[in-house]
Amino acid sequence: MTQYPLLALIPLLPLLGAAYNAFVGARMQKRFGYAAVHVPAILMPGISFVITVLAFARLVSLPHHERVLTTTLWSWMPVGSVDAGVAFLMDPLALVMCGFITFVGTLIHIYSVGYMHEEPSYWRFFSYLNLFMFTMLVLVLADNFILMFVGWEGVGLCSYLLISFWYKEKKNAVAGMKAFIVNRIGDFGFLLGLLLLFWSIHGVTGGSSVVFRNIEEILAQPAVREALSSQTVLGLSLISMIGILFFVGAMGKSAQIPLYVWLPDAMAGPTPVSALIHAATMVTAGVYLVARLHFVFALSPLVMSWVALVGAVTAVFAATIGFFQHDIKKVLAYSTVSQLGYMFIGVGVGAYWVAIFHVMTHAFFKACLFLGSGSVILGCHHEQDMRRMGGLKKFMPVTAWTYFIACCAIAGFPFTSGFFSKDEILWKAFDSGNLLFPGGGLMIWALGALGAVCTAFYMFRSYYMTFTGEYRGAHGHNGHGGHQPHESPRNMTHVLVVLAAFSLVAGFIGLPHLWHLPSYLHHWLDPVFSGSAEIIRSAGHGSGHEWALMIFSVALALTGWAFARWLYRDNRNAAPSRLIESKHPLVCGIHRLVYNKYYVDEIYDAVFVGFVMWFRKICDWIDRNIVDALVNFAGLFGRLVGRVHGLTDTHVVDGAVNGTAWSIASMGSALRLVQTGNLRTYLYIAISGAIALVIMNFILFG
Amino acid sequence: MEYQTTSTLLTWMTFLPMIGAGLIIGLVILNYVFSLSKAALDNVSRAIAFVSTLGVLLLAVRLWAGFDGNSTGMQFVHHFVWMRQFNIEYFMGVDGISITMVLLTALITFVAMIASVPWWGKIEGQHFTGKKVPGYMVMFLLLETGMLGTFCALDFFQFYIFWELMLLPMYFLIGIWGGPRKEYAAIKFFLYTLAGSVLMLLCMIGLYYASGPSTLVDGTPAQHTFNIMALSAMGQAGFFAGAAPVLGFAFSKIVFVGLFIGFSIKVPMFPFHTWLPDAHVEAPTPISVILAGILLKMGAYGMLRFNFQMLPDAANWAAHTIAVFGMINIVYAAFVCLAQKDLKKMIAYSSVSHMGFVLLGMAAMTPQGITGAVFTMVSHGLISPMLFLIAGVIYDRAHTRDIEGFGGLAQKMPEYSGIMGLAFMASLGLPGLAGFIGEFLVFAGAFVKFRLFTVVSATAVIITAAYYLWTIQRMFLGKLNDKWSTLWDLNWRERITLYPLGVMVIIFGFYPLPVFDLMNKSLHALMDVVCSRI
Repeated sequence: MTQYPLLALIPLLPLLGAAYNAFVGARMQKRFGYAAVHVPAILMPGISFVITVLAFARLVSLPHHERVLTTTLWSWMPVGSVDAGVAFLMDPLALVMCGFITFVGTLIHIYSVGYMHEEPSYWRFFSYLNLFMFTMLVLVLADNFILMFVGWEGVGLCSYLLISFWYKEKKNAVAGMKAFIVNRIGDFGFLLGLLLLFWSIHGVTGGSSVVFRNIEEILAQPAVREALSSQTVLGLSLISMIGILFFVGAMGKSAQIPLYVWLPDAMAGPTPVSALIHAATMVTAGVYLVARLHFVFALSPLVMSWVALVGAVTAVFAATIGFFQHDIKKVLAYSTVSQLGYMFIGVGVGAYWVAIFHVMTHAFFKACLFLGSGSVILGCHHEQDMRRMGGLKKFMPVTAWTYFIACCAIAGFPFTSGFFSKDEILWKAFDSGNLLFPGGGLMIWALGALGAVCTAFYMFRSYYMTFTGEYRGAHGHNGHGGHQPHESPRNMTHVLVVLAAFSLVAGFIGLPHLWHLPSYLHHWLDPVFSGSAEIIRSAGHGSGHEWALMIFSVALALTGWAFARWLYRDNRNAAPSRLIESKHPLVCGIHRLVYNKYYVDEIYDAVFVGFVMWFRKICDWIDRNIVDALVNFAGLFGRLVGRVHGLTDTHVVDGAVNGTAWSIASMGSALRLVQTGNLRTYLYIAISGAIALVIMNFILFG
Repeated sequence: MEYQTTSTLLTWMTFLPMIGAGLIIGLVILNYVFSLSKAALDNVSRAIAFVSTLGVLLLAVRLWAGFDGNSTGMQFVHHFVWMRQFNIEYFMGVDGISITMVLLTALITFVAMIASVPWWGKIEGQHFTGKKVPGYMVMFLLLETGMLGTFCALDFFQFYIFWELMLLPMYFLIGIWGGPRKEYAAIKFFLYTLAGSVLMLLCMIGLYYASGPSTLVDGTPAQHTFNIMALSAMGQAGFFAGAAPVLGFAFSKIVFVGLFIGFSIKVPMFPFHTWLPDAHVEAPTPISVILAGILLKMGAYGMLRFNFQMLPDAANWAAHTIAVFGMINIVYAAFVCLAQKDLKKMIAYSSVSHMGFVLLGMAAMTPQGITGAVFTMVSHGLISPMLFLIAGVIYDRAHTRDIEGFGGLAQKMPEYSGIMGLAFMASLGLPGLAGFIGEFLVFAGAFVKFRLFTVVSATAVIITAAYYLWTIQRMFLGKLNDKWSTLWDLNWRERITLYPLGVMVIIFGFYPLPVFDLMNKSLHALMDVVCSRI
């Protein structure tokens, strides 16, 4: 553990940028133009990137197994054994995350200058974007659960703010709200997982912690492992329950089945946001969480199997939805869900470093794809429907080329970055000896391979529909009519070129061991995951299998590509439209089902939203017609008793006695119902209530 | 007892507003003789009230500066014999728990005072700030005396006097300066709270006669005592647990239940909460601010000071029941919030929901739970005033609070939307803002004791997000309703009430240590009495 105070600046600088634009951005924009907004906004994450590089240099200078930098700003919640500080930690894992977040983040800030140049609330956009960088970096750099939770919910907030950035459209506002609430379901899991972990450890050792490194040390003790695996809660071992709860959190943030529904809707936000938050960084937080908590997850093969299975099913499920989407961003959104599935396969089979590898390569090629689609959307005057694009290659060559390169990477063409990372995941899945269900590795691998061919198909479909053939939007449908599409400004295309370059070459830091070449990333991340390495078992397949699988994957990618090229290139093949217009009930039914995303949104609306909306009415009804009615009834009763007393008093006792009662009663003459004026009555009511509570207490809790 | 007078600061703080009220009454009497103009009379009484609340705030800063966070005992004690024949003393003092409430009271009352004057920002049409101004200011100042006194009093009888003193001004403030259904709301509030007070009175008398011999502050021996510190010491020594039963029930249990119901009306706890939405909706904005910010905390403070400190054995016995009610408060009120159409009513129910966290945390009786409960009292004391001020801003402009009727306001009122977003996020427990600290600690503290109740309560984090975000969407986002195209953004009066609270919410979210430092030692002392050490 080496102290490194500069660490705190990595998240704090973007916060400074956010505050600057939030408080004075509007005035600066009016006074000095847009540059006064975006220069500080770009500079802050840019400097964070530089500091990350410095931290990298510092880490490299340390011995391999002592590569941890920390800094503590202040003690935050020192209550009993919950002793969380505002403290940051950078280990090799956090460095990788930090590195690509600040790098891609800065690039996307630069790109946004061009993309958002017509936006009047320019300052607001950059303020949110910087705030997002802050929360994401806190998430990654936090040294304890609670501070991580700040980032964890913070990114959700920024995602909400940015999805509903163009809030005048109700659709965008609703999409933002949906994202936040679905994420909160995940947060609920995160919170309970944290509490269960904390108190379970406490129950075993008599002390506990919320700091990652301390928990890892405690969980390294065999006695603690044994206790957490043998004690059960609801029929599951404690450690499995903890893992499942944390995985619910990860599912929410990383859009896995069944909590993926918010991500496609999130495309309502500006495209740079989709690239940064909903593709490259925030949605990978779930993967990061599982990797960070490898020492928890590795202890429960059951949870690991679930993680891998959910990832694999999501990978295929989302890929199929991608087939029939017409909105270019929706295609990319489902592709993101699907790619996140691969990452969960990776962490699920215990190949943590490979998952992080894929997180990183995905950040490059998916950011490139999204920014490319943004360039297309801008070039076509805010058209997102691929049916009204086509032939854009001649209008915007740089965008077309970079998009093509990124497509190759995501499809896994040999020697692109996606090839190395995805292939390694599939191989690790195939070779896994940890999965609990029959056919384990083979099944996960088969699903992954199926997803891979789908991926190649729908990605190249989007490429050919958009960039080849004749331009189909020339006559305009949305009032902009008649304009030619145009290439985007240079700051945008330059970013695309940089990202495309990284999509091509980033894979070389993690070459397969099969080739007997060094895998730098594996070596770099090794100290982080060494603690759980002994638990992860491999099935022991030989290098022959690995070669075969690798060749097979390449074949799959090429098949998907060839199929897409045959169907969609130059828009000449009539088969797709014939298929869509087919009247055959089976074809028609399947198409409708997939086109409508399997009606998952509709089912959720009917079941969960429906239940909440019904239950709120019930509670409200009870409140008004039972709880409050009882109060009013008590008032009425009191008034009756008061009247009886009053009559008695007038006729029997001296009239002066009820003077007090009268004076109080007169204050409330406007209200007949609760007016009573008789203190005794209230005493009776209150005492009978007290007695009722005592009796209830005896009955319930003896 | 050993507590001798060390300072009269608390007395000055408590009675300074009363002096102000006296001045205003004198002014009104003078007015009969010299007949000032209405505007002059109004402005002078506003100025007197303003200076008095500001004075209290400055004294509160002095109090904070002089408070020793490392001591568990009472500080700034002012102690003398008041009514010797009844063994009643005048005993003021603060420890770490009550000082947080005293500081909060001074701050929130000052904020509410700013919201009560029509200065620094235009007000259109009929407004409570222009109605019977001297009367309002007198009531307001008396209310402040009552609140400060309640938190500082360490003699049960004196506590009761202050508790009742608070009630009457509140009744008039709602009943005269309130909205359309003000009479109903005021009477409901009054009678409900009075019912609680009666229970408290009975329990107080019961405790007095059950207490053992003690000495007054001047050394005179006394048969019984009202001294809260002496009563607590006796209770912790098991004195009340062994007292003669009442109607077949154990003495400490029946007193516990009586006090608890009395205080839970103020909290308010389900099913005694229905006075709160009515009172809040009808009360003028500053009074809602005080009601939510401070009065609700009195219930919880009373529970800590009396139920837990004096009757620890009964507290252990009742913990499960309290936790159940806390859970009901949290979840049930959250769902009711989701059904509200009136913005202020929704915010009122959200207070019910959040006070449920206080109950749940106290019931857990773990260090995290109790610390979380008290911290929630502080954070809710900052956030809910913001929410009510925010509701007031829109009501002053639009004269309606119907959530559905708005839409797209963010275009006309961007600053307002921003501050409302902050307040909503703080209230829904976004980590990094003050609301989260208390909420998290309560969950952490309760989970180990009541796993099921905590899990059920935690579902409220989803529902809470839903009702707040849905409100934001319906009010601020989407197309601007043309009806509201003439609305204007925040004015300076609203800014100086909202911004300080907003800044504190952010600061305490990331740096809550000042609050912890104030209360830690006293909470530890309390935990030694009631908690299993964790």
